[in-house]
Amino acid sequence: MLKYILKRIVMIIPVVVAVSLIVFFIMDFVPTDAAVTALGDGATEEQLEEYREAHGLNDPLLVRYIRYMGGVLKKDLGTSYANNVPVWDLFFKKFPTTLKLAISSVLVTVILSIPLGIIAAVKENTLVDTAASTVSFVGLAMPNFWLGLLLIILFSVKLGWLPSTGANGWKSFILPAITCGTGNMAALTRTTRSAMLDVLKQDYLRTARSKGVSDQKIIMKHALKNAQIPIVTMIGIQVSTLIGGAVLTERVFALPGVGSFLVDSILKSDFEVVTGFIIMLAVFVSVVLLIVDIVYAFLDPRIKAQYSKS
Amino acid sequence: MAKVEKTNEQISVKQNRVVEVWKQFKRNKGAMVGLIILIILILIAIFADVIWDYEADIIATSSKDRLIEPCLEHPFGTDNFGRDMLARIGYGTRYSLIIGFSSVLIGLLIGVPIGAASGYIGGKFDTILMRFVDTFTIIPSLLMTIILVSIMGTSMINLIIALSISAIPVFTRITRASVMVTRNNDYIESARAIGAPTTTILLKHVLPNCFSPILVQATLRVGTAIISAAGLSYIGLGVPLPTPEWGALLSASKSFLTRAQHMCLFPGLAIMVTVMTINLVGDGLRDALDPKLKR
Amino acid sequence: MGLINKFTRTNVEESLKKKRQENAAAVEVENLVVQYVTSTETVEAVNGISLKLEKKHTLGLVGETGAGKTTAMLALMNMVPYPPGVVKSGTVKVNGLDMRNLTPAELQTVRGSEIAMIFQDPMTSLNPVLSVGEQIAESIILHRHLTEKEAMVEAGKMLEMVGIDPNRVGEYPHQFSGGMRQRVGIAIALACNPTVLIADEPTSALDVTIQAQILRMMKDLKEKNDTALIMITHDLGVVAELCDEVAVMYAGRIVEYGKLEEVFNHTKHPYTEGLFNSLPNINSRQQKLQPIPGLMPDPSNLPEGCAFADRCAYATDACRKGNVPVHSFSETHYAQCTAYENPEFKIRRGN
Repeated sequence: MLKYILKRIVMIIPVVVAVSLIVFFIMDFVPTDAAVTALGDGATEEQLEEYREAHGLNDPLLVRYIRYMGGVLKKDLGTSYANNVPVWDLFFKKFPTTLKLAISSVLVTVILSIPLGIIAAVKENTLVDTAASTVSFVGLAMPNFWLGLLLIILFSVKLGWLPSTGANGWKSFILPAITCGTGNMAALTRTTRSAMLDVLKQDYLRTARSKGVSDQKIIMKHALKNAQIPIVTMIGIQVSTLIGGAVLTERVFALPGVGSFLVDSILKSDFEVVTGFIIMLAVFVSVVLLIVDIVYAFLDPRIKAQYSKS
Repeated sequence: MAKVEKTNEQISVKQNRVVEVWKQFKRNKGAMVGLIILIILILIAIFADVIWDYEADIIATSSKDRLIEPCLEHPFGTDNFGRDMLARIGYGTRYSLIIGFSSVLIGLLIGVPIGAASGYIGGKFDTILMRFVDTFTIIPSLLMTIILVSIMGTSMINLIIALSISAIPVFTRITRASVMVTRNNDYIESARAIGAPTTTILLKHVLPNCFSPILVQATLRVGTAIISAAGLSYIGLGVPLPTPEWGALLSASKSFLTRAQHMCLFPGLAIMVTVMTINLVGDGLRDALDPKLKR
Repeated sequence: MGLINKFTRTNVEESLKKKRQENAAAVEVENLVVQYVTSTETVEAVNGISLKLEKKHTLGLVGETGAGKTTAMLALMNMVPYPPGVVKSGTVKVNGLDMRNLTPAELQTVRGSEIAMIFQDPMTSLNPVLSVGEQIAESIILHRHLTEKEAMVEAGKMLEMVGIDPNRVGEYPHQFSGGMRQRVGIAIALACNPTVLIADEPTSALDVTIQAQILRMMKDLKEKNDTALIMITHDLGVVAELCDEVAVMYAGRIVEYGKLEEVFNHTKHPYTEGLFNSLPNINSRQQKLQPIPGLMPDPSNLPEGCAFADRCAYATDACRKGNVPVHSFSETHYAQCTAYENPEFKIRRGN
């Protein structure tokens, strides 16, 4: 088991190398000149050339890539062209906000969806089930940034209960968490419901009943334990997209997180930031996926056995 | 003579399958409602130029009609330039549908062959290709789209290309998975045994059997693409104003949240209803094509 | 918490005591009718069966797949899956308790402690994410009220009893072979020493060599624990080896019922006869197998009259009309067959 985890951690390295290579390659297509971004439009051609020479911008792609990756090993992701701050520092200044949003949103999702999905499955084809299905159907079709705007209108503009922008205390994370969480909630409710429906048909639940186990315990212990794998998979996917993909929510609520800053940097053509941030996000997403894989082993002894073998 | 009969029979089998699926589909009330609304939306998109005059109704501003609340004359109200929101949203149907469907179509055209080849050939080729696809999926797809658009420049075409590139991995994976299941079926073995060439086997025997999951996934992806496109326009990387793309309309509404909520409400509703109808059709297709997959 | 549990427990026990009929047989079923009702059709799975099993006796319930054997036995535990299964009418008594007249809490007390079941497919009837020890201990905790630790020790003893190394209590079902899993299934069922045990084709999913082992073990355990056993099977060999009485089921009805000797040596129903004739005869290889022609009728669309008529060599027009009368041949032996309206009628045994 420990061997498996170590192996998986080592496997993150090629993924990061590949992602950085892709990003580096894509960025090479960009017509914008980093020197212009750094020095502004007023700079003369000599100044620009001097800057390019100094920062090695004239070297071939592969040379720049190897030099860059050498820096990455030393926690050096380069320096932002736009405001001359190390990208590493920028990332960890922005990351806590994103992480807080991700965690609070996942909490909202999990606390609401799993019970709802279970009830919908147990009471299949009843009013509760139809209601849950309808709500998740609507939730899946709702653009989350629009939901964010609606929430602002209701809770900030009309009622004045919650702040609409900024990251000042837990209150400012309520609306963003709901905004991010609604689509995920719909997806997770569906996943929970269908996973439970699959499990509820299984023979071993009949065995449990024949032992005199109460219905409640059959659902909460015997069934749920078997339905956890797809549920955890879904949560893992959602956490990993939240880490990098809460761009729109961060924008709507002006949260100073990774995604929002990334978009700003893209718009400002600050590609040193873009490259560095994406590499860091790839690392975090890989870690989340690794954690999910490890959690599997604790949920299902068969998977654990598989890991031990490999 | 005998040969002609055989082909006729084959055709009728195919037709029967379509008729069968249609019968199943028709029984699903939700899917039928979705289909009808979708057809109406497509008609609006096609005849947008007939219904509205682009210059006069969509673009021309009128300062005296600024920010009118929904009323009889302007059921969806007007925007900050005095333009009728109903006309702008109606015209915008065109952009969302074009972006949604064409990005999925391009994604299909590229993703399906790659996935089919990968699943059918297998071995090292498959391993390397899938590793590559996995790497792409590590980068959240919305971020990927944003980066691609920002590199290519903001325009509708580039938006479509960027969206289809981020859809490719999805189609590659699903095609690969279903090809791998079908590949091992006995009838494929027998086709191979009589010496049919690989491409024939792939096109005639393997792919048609993977049709259902790909079609269903494609339909559902159209909705996702429409939402992503609106999101990109919202942050200014999609279709730029004054084009009445729904995301762009929402972006414009940001500054008027306190004064004119209708500017925010209706474009969002339009997106939601469109995506819901497409998902209804997708769910209906899934249930009709493969009853086993039913939720 | 524990106090509340104990309180409800005593309450349930008190009320079970009141509901229990004294000196009753182990199992008594009367006129049981079970249907599976969906929006499109009604499947008549069990159509009015009655049977009685004395304590410590073994009954073989024989019939083809789909004859309603399993459904009838699930009804015995009041465990017919609803929806779509509905027990339409009839009474089902286990140790003098009317199972249809118990509250959920009472049912949960009776299930596992007085009546238990061994299921057909050991590959699917064990929970893959719980250790076999946990699965055995669960019913021990529920019914014998031991702590988790004590129950695990007991679970180990149960494993030993069914011939598995007790040190394996912490292992999971996937680590066991099919035969071993079925032993675990037996250990689960016997964990609380039930007075009635239902075994639903416990060996049909296993290799022939394992089958004999499992059957011998069940026989030994049954004798040791004084359990009444209902053995569902379509294997007449199994019946001959284990059972005191035999009930032959066809299309939801018991068509012949009697002591082992009566049914085997004085077969009365043409269907039972057909079952015997379709067995290979090891002593005379020349003899051809005589399979019963045709298929069992669709249980959602049963014909009027005798359901076996279309496959029966003796069938007359009378068989296809009205209710099929029951003929008794002794105190314990009866068959449901119209042909016996004619006192001259005799079945011709295959050879």
